[in-house]
Amino acid sequence: MDWSPIWLSLKLATITTLLLLLVGLPLAYWLSKGRSVIRVILEALITMPLVLPPSVLGFYLLIAFSPQHGVGKWLHDAFNVQFVFSFPGLVLASVIYSLPFMIGPIKSALQQLPPSLAQASYTLGKSERETFLRVLLPNIKASVFTAMVMAFAHTLGEFGVVLMIGGNIPGVTKVASIAIYDSVEGMDYRTANNYSLLLFAFTFVIVTAVFIFNRTKAKSPLE
Amino acid sequence: MITIDIHKKLRAGKGQTDLQIRLQAHKGTVTVIQGPSGAGKSTFLKIIAGLADADNGSINIHGTTWLDTAKGINLSPQKRKAGFVFQNYALFPNMTVREHLEYAGADAAWIDQLLTLGGLQGDADHQPEQLSGGQQQRLAILRAMANKPALLLMDEPFSALDQKTKADLIAGLQKLWGEMETTVIIVSHYPQELAEIAGQDVYIGD
Repeated sequence: MDWSPIWLSLKLATITTLLLLLVGLPLAYWLSKGRSVIRVILEALITMPLVLPPSVLGFYLLIAFSPQHGVGKWLHDAFNVQFVFSFPGLVLASVIYSLPFMIGPIKSALQQLPPSLAQASYTLGKSERETFLRVLLPNIKASVFTAMVMAFAHTLGEFGVVLMIGGNIPGVTKVASIAIYDSVEGMDYRTANNYSLLLFAFTFVIVTAVFIFNRTKAKSPLE
Repeated sequence: MITIDIHKKLRAGKGQTDLQIRLQAHKGTVTVIQGPSGAGKSTFLKIIAGLADADNGSINIHGTTWLDTAKGINLSPQKRKAGFVFQNYALFPNMTVREHLEYAGADAAWIDQLLTLGGLQGDADHQPEQLSGGQQQRLAILRAMANKPALLLMDEPFSALDQKTKADLIAGLQKLWGEMETTVIIVSHYPQELAEIAGQDVYIGD
């Protein structure tokens, strides 16, 4: 069995999760602070990948980052960066696709904290940044962990969006889910089964780990 | 001297009610605010601390203007640094008793003095969930005093304490406030318990 799709999937999920953590924490904090029109619109956009067919997102990313025109052409000409049919393209698509899994639990946890926690910190002279890092974040650790694991697991399982923007290039964009599809297309059910079993076992273990870690704090990994 | 003159419209059911307060107090005195539930007592404290906005008015604390809506002055809570005891304590679940006081900026000697005052020396390494309601309330009071604020705002600060603990704590606080010349505003449903230390009573509401 060719292990490169498995390693590629793990590499993609790890990089995506770390990037999502960097983007997701400040974004979830900002979204948790109010219900202005701009926040509602942005949150709706972030949530879209949950309900949108992955192929739709993949199609628009393919068009947007095509090196033939627009942003894609500019990135290619100015920085020699190409997102279409490349690993960075998979990362970009995965970050967008898994963003709601990172934002949702963190935003919800922040909103459930009493506002007086942050207010108490402010009256002690602490800045908003210090309050977030030393008071709010330590008290939503379980939700941050949940969000990271769910984003990781979701990235491992994505198919449509990565196929659209990444195609099926061995060692570059051929992740495990695509390798399964590819094997079935080639009537190689044994290899498809091996990849499927590995993904099934891996995601089962990490989702169970979330349940165990959060057994006293959340009823579902999505909370 | 502190001078406060603020106005804010509060939502009350389907209508509105006016919170209009004028207050003057000398440095180092204790003012007790009383009034019915929903009259705006807690909101008044939050406006002073900069945690809620007034519609208009001014707040001057010992010569520094914290708020003057006419001149567009409105200092942040971080700049006002008013000590604030929240009705729900607002303790940080991730911090021990000592860490609360350290976070507030107290040095080791001052922390020891505060722990002794609150009777929490044996609980310095405990987190809030390991404390009783009364201990949590005492920690909230100690934290508010940890950075030696010029103005201390307390929202029902003794409600969870038994009579003896309350009497001992108030006596200790009174001594400390006297030494530090702390100006204190206390919201309480039981002003008679504070009669001995109160310089003036202010009634909010109808």
